[in-house]
Amino acid sequence: MRGMRAVSAVVTGLALLLLTGCGEGDNRSNGPDALDPKADITEQSLTVSIWDGYSPEDLPERVKKDLGVPVKIAHHATNEEIMAKLTVGGTAGSHSGVDVAFVSGQYAQALNEAGLIEPIHADLIPNLKNLYPEARQLAYDKGNTFSVPYTWGTTGICYRTDFVKQPPTSWNDLLKPPPALKKKVTMMTTERWLALPALKVLGHSVNTTSDQEFAAARALLLDAKKNLLAYDDTTFGDRLTKGESAMAEAWDGWCPTSDPKIEFTVPKEGSDLWVDTMVVLKSSRNKEAAHALINYILDPEIHSWAAENILYKVPNKAAMEQLDPKVVEANTPLRMTPAELLKGESIVDVGEAATKYTRLSTEVAAGS
Amino acid sequence: MTNTPNRLLTRLPFWLTYVFLYAPVVVLVAMSFSAGGSPYAFEGFSLRWYGELAGDDEILHGLVNTLIVAAGSAALSTVLGTLLAVGAGRDNRSRLLEAVTLLPAVVPDLLLAIGLLVFYAAVQLTLGLHSVLLAHTVFGTAFVAALVRTRLAHTDPSLEEASRDLGATPPATFVRITLPSLAPGIAAGALLAFTLSVDEFVIAFFTAAPTEPTLPVVVYSMVRFGVTPEINALATLLLAVSFTAVVAAQRLTRTTDPGAPEATK
Amino acid sequence: MKRWPLAGPGLTYLTVLMVIPLGLVLSYAFLRRGRFGGVVYEPTTENLTRLADPLYADVVLHSTWIAALTTVLALLIGYPTAYVIADLPRRRQTIALIAVVLPFWTSFLIRVYAWIVLLSGPGWLNKALRAIGLGPVDVLYTDAAVVIGLLYAYLPLMILPLYASLSRLDPQLREAAANLGAGPWTTFRTVTLPLTLPGALTGCLFVFVPSFGNFVVPELLGGGRSVMVGNLIRDQFLKARDWPFGSALALALLAVLMLLLFAQAWAARRYATR
Repeated sequence: MRGMRAVSAVVTGLALLLLTGCGEGDNRSNGPDALDPKADITEQSLTVSIWDGYSPEDLPERVKKDLGVPVKIAHHATNEEIMAKLTVGGTAGSHSGVDVAFVSGQYAQALNEAGLIEPIHADLIPNLKNLYPEARQLAYDKGNTFSVPYTWGTTGICYRTDFVKQPPTSWNDLLKPPPALKKKVTMMTTERWLALPALKVLGHSVNTTSDQEFAAARALLLDAKKNLLAYDDTTFGDRLTKGESAMAEAWDGWCPTSDPKIEFTVPKEGSDLWVDTMVVLKSSRNKEAAHALINYILDPEIHSWAAENILYKVPNKAAMEQLDPKVVEANTPLRMTPAELLKGESIVDVGEAATKYTRLSTEVAAGS
Repeated sequence: MTNTPNRLLTRLPFWLTYVFLYAPVVVLVAMSFSAGGSPYAFEGFSLRWYGELAGDDEILHGLVNTLIVAAGSAALSTVLGTLLAVGAGRDNRSRLLEAVTLLPAVVPDLLLAIGLLVFYAAVQLTLGLHSVLLAHTVFGTAFVAALVRTRLAHTDPSLEEASRDLGATPPATFVRITLPSLAPGIAAGALLAFTLSVDEFVIAFFTAAPTEPTLPVVVYSMVRFGVTPEINALATLLLAVSFTAVVAAQRLTRTTDPGAPEATK
Repeated sequence: MKRWPLAGPGLTYLTVLMVIPLGLVLSYAFLRRGRFGGVVYEPTTENLTRLADPLYADVVLHSTWIAALTTVLALLIGYPTAYVIADLPRRRQTIALIAVVLPFWTSFLIRVYAWIVLLSGPGWLNKALRAIGLGPVDVLYTDAAVVIGLLYAYLPLMILPLYASLSRLDPQLREAAANLGAGPWTTFRTVTLPLTLPGALTGCLFVFVPSFGNFVVPELLGGGRSVMVGNLIRDQFLKARDWPFGSALALALLAVLMLLLFAQAWAARRYATR
């Protein structure tokens, strides 16, 4: 009896489909809004979405004190999580309520193409001058037209020197670890970074869209899966510190190199250059305050906080020059120069081919 | 019944079930008092994690949000669900009602979550706490209606008829006769709606504004960001509160009329 | 006796916030994908044909297998437990039942987290095994861990309906069977089991449905090494931003569940008429 009732309910639901075929307006309105440089930003308030632990804890208090703008911080765990909230409403409404979002470069690019973010009004951000010249010409957004870089870095192998006898030099050391490290290795699960080690070992671009190259990468990744403890984007550092794992594919800043037993290396086949950026949402009603906040973060005092506390390099020359030498000494990744970083291949949005990366990661996760 | 070894043998699965159910609970509670940060070693007794928990604004914010959502959606669900059940009456042919109230039980929460996210986007509703509250009221209403309906089937319609025959207006009959007789069902429904809302994760994950996470959403990101011993303290406190509530409810139902526990809202 | 106007607000509410959203999301299965999420209003059936892709068919099968295994284990563990509970003296029954439900009242996510702590390499299970001289086992981040997590999350949903039907069983029936010379096993098979089957079927449904669509347990206990249809649907909406295909997968999920509901209704009717 239950079954019949449930079915009739679903039929009712399906019948309603016919009623919901309403159209949707054109989403694109890419031009900049006219911003008022003299707007009283203290009348505005901001909601900022950022990765947990990625900004000073007292940032809202400081901004309130120095700029007079109340700030609410929201945390997202991954790019995908915040993208879902930002894209679902389209351009029309401030659906998420977010004014400033922190997302990686290729996601900023996608948001821009979707017409969801406001072009950067450079005149409102004089502190852009603090950025390295290299950081103003990044592949996904030349000239910082719609995003401002917050941190940048690369992806490599993070490992425990006491478990890993032979220091890794190649992505193959991660993909085909010695038997002693079976089930002691983690790799990242976010699509582009899941594919990265295999693509690099094969000598392909991290932005490839070739089916043939995907097929070869898939075979390598499925092979690597047998030795993997888990796919992990968020706690790989924690696992290394606790000794649950011995080797991890890692973003440089999240490799806990302040632990003397843990080291970071960029494999010889090369890697990527990723950038985490700040963008202003088109739907924000507080765009002047949003620009003021970005300008505030680019202040060397504030921006150097990120480098010293989350151990990510910031693309801010003035801030990097202020770093505590002891912190830099203890953490090898902080010593990479912009020139070294730029040797990495920039990850850019690949448009429709993004679905191929999704498919690849599903194939790897579902396969055995 | 039978001889002892046999009896022990038949009871073995019973005891194993309780070991299975309580092994994680024991570990959580024990580790919540550990001084160290590792979840794998007990490093001396300490209330440190309870202190950290009390000072964790994110968890407290999530807790307050959860209570607002649960109380609000339970209240709304109770009104809507009771009216729905009473409105449909004892008519056994109200298939539509049954279908609608059964849907949340058979449709995976993920589908409802995505449906609501898409729907909110379509009607341009800004996400916030209200969007979670509205969403939780969906399954709350369905469960309250189902419980009140069951109760309705067990009440005597002649009482209402008598009230009307004696000249009471329909609203008076409803308030004086119908509602009191349904009270246990309504109370149970309200409690269920509240409980389900407190622990609901999937729908809240999709429909909460990024700045207004509920407690389960906060816990989810904590778990994903690694092992935090504060979670053990939180689990222990939640258990203590539930345990007290269950014991209190037991006492209450035993001392008063078994049919009339207090509604918690 | 009908007061339909009273039902108005509730029915309207459920229609607007449940039936329409579900209809909306399922209708997307027949539309084309928007480049940045959302849909383009062009009808197509390609999302449904993509379901036949072995990759996705395998995931649906795999989820069915995991959920079915969880359900069978829940039944095998839950039945004897409910049986013993129903046999206890009245007061102890209440205590035993509360004890089944109590862990359910902490947070679902915390319960899942507890299993990470128990099952991980340096975790408590391996500590206990070492203490009795057994080697470490790698359970965490395998399908076994996923099944354990789902079983733990939903076992009470099996025990409660089983208990309900077992406690309604008239003990005289069993005595009568015994008096007529039936052994304990025969009594169980011919009297107890058929009478408690509806409860068992309800329990199976309660365990299977949430297990099948779950994405949290595979993610946290499966370590991303195992994909269930819930993960796939979530990923289509959150990662791939391919709403139409996510909707198509949701349709597939519903179809499997409907099939089961029919099977359950059919089985229940068959036993009711016997």
